[in-house]
Amino acid sequence: MNKEDFPIFKEKIRGKRLTYLDSAASAQKPLCVIQAMSDFMLRDYANVHRGIYLLSEKATQHFEQARKTVADFIRADEGEIVFTRSATESVNLVASSFGESFKEGDEIIVSVAEHHSNFVTWQQLAAKKNLVLRVVDITDEGALRFDQLEAFLNNKTKLVALTQMSNLTGSRFDIKKAAALAHQAGAKLLADGCQGVVHAPQDMKELDCDFYAFSAHKLYGPTGLGVLYGKREILEQMPPYQYGGDMVKSVTIEKTAFADPPARFEAGTPAIVQTVGLQKAVEYVSRLSMKRIEAYEGELTAYMKEGLDSLPFVRQLGTQKEKGGVFSFVVDGVHPQDIAMVLDQEGVCVRAGHHCAQPLSERLGVSSSVRASLGLYNDKEDVEAFIAALEKAVSFFKKGKIG
Amino acid sequence: MTPSFEEIREAFSLFEGWEERYAYLIELGQNLPPFPLEEMTDKNKVEGCMSQVWLTAREENGRFFLNATSDAILVKGLIALILSLYNEKTPREILSVHIEEIFKELGLEDNLSPSRRNGFFSMVAKIQALAEKRENLPENG
Repeated sequence: MNKEDFPIFKEKIRGKRLTYLDSAASAQKPLCVIQAMSDFMLRDYANVHRGIYLLSEKATQHFEQARKTVADFIRADEGEIVFTRSATESVNLVASSFGESFKEGDEIIVSVAEHHSNFVTWQQLAAKKNLVLRVVDITDEGALRFDQLEAFLNNKTKLVALTQMSNLTGSRFDIKKAAALAHQAGAKLLADGCQGVVHAPQDMKELDCDFYAFSAHKLYGPTGLGVLYGKREILEQMPPYQYGGDMVKSVTIEKTAFADPPARFEAGTPAIVQTVGLQKAVEYVSRLSMKRIEAYEGELTAYMKEGLDSLPFVRQLGTQKEKGGVFSFVVDGVHPQDIAMVLDQEGVCVRAGHHCAQPLSERLGVSSSVRASLGLYNDKEDVEAFIAALEKAVSFFKKGKIG
Repeated sequence: MTPSFEEIREAFSLFEGWEERYAYLIELGQNLPPFPLEEMTDKNKVEGCMSQVWLTAREENGRFFLNATSDAILVKGLIALILSLYNEKTPREILSVHIEEIFKELGLEDNLSPSRRNGFFSMVAKIQALAEKRENLPENG
């Protein structure tokens, strides 16, 4: 839907129509986002929270309005939205600040399906502080083993860090259910919303997770900006993550009084221009309606699945029903990179590799796979171009083998 | 027997679509000397996550004798192409190859993007680093 809003699709790739199927890595940008950032720099740019002059006040208004827009978008309060440099930094912020109080023997639970950013971060914190890291398995279809999560939870569990939607299989995990379970055990829950926030409406009050991390660039916004939602009462208890300007109340030679959240966690000049871009991106998807996007992508996901199901040589990874538009697969006897290289020649952009989810790849029994992922701008023509290119690639390599 | 780089260059000049170029690359890869299974070790593995690449290099009489392979057959073809330029050459000869220009001429420049995920790029960088290290040793003046 609304492909025409995205200028990049006017570009040809090697003379061919661009079939972009790598939105799970990063999404393309609508013209309104590009223009909002450019207009802001052309007309209203200055540093924020500093000057008494009009420009700085305007920039500050833009910046704080962006926070409000993001808060409304996920039904949170402005004070609960921290701007970071990336979703990865959002997770690291929680590990470093919230995790500071963790003591030897405390436990953290993650799933085997996490992106490295929500896996390595906890693994390393556990190693540093002698914590126990428990890794919840998935079923062969890619669904979370809730029975195992329940079995792992105990009064030593401090945090459950769980993705809302796998960036490799597209499997959706029930965050509301996981948060309720975590809370029963007295633990907090951090949800990696990088994929989840892009494909369906989100409501922090309803999910009741304690932290929610995502990035702007997967949500049709710019790179260099991440979001961390944290419940106000938890953020208030957390020590600063980094030190510097803009996060203090007062500084003397002897001591510093830190600002309240979210400013406490935003040391240094923030990514001001990018927040303007994210605000526009959020307005854009809200205008289209996240519900409509979800329904549209749901149909396209089913169409894609049908296409892949019709190819007997394709083995899809993660076939659970609750699945978003991310498809990873392997073809017996043909290397994922070889497939991706041929698809590239046909103007089809896909990824090959372990997709920054090596533990999950290993669990699914592959060292690498091809991944095709959908965004709101994709259409049936994209799916058909992809399936045709994939058939062409596989027949090319199979023929090559015999000849 | 791997053809010389000049033969490869000539063949490429006649190709039109990717099908021909890639079919030829695959053939080049198939003609690479076998890479001993016992040398497919972590030590010989080159960084990269899209595909696996293994490389061994030994020096004899001032020349590098290289052998490499990959589990992806197009990458294996690219390796054969690289070896036609680098194998049995002196460090100075290796360093004098304008690899970016050559890949551009052959329409393969995308494969040299310095992506951390690209094992092939890492292999080229490793050979160049080996040559550079050798070239900078004092006895080479």
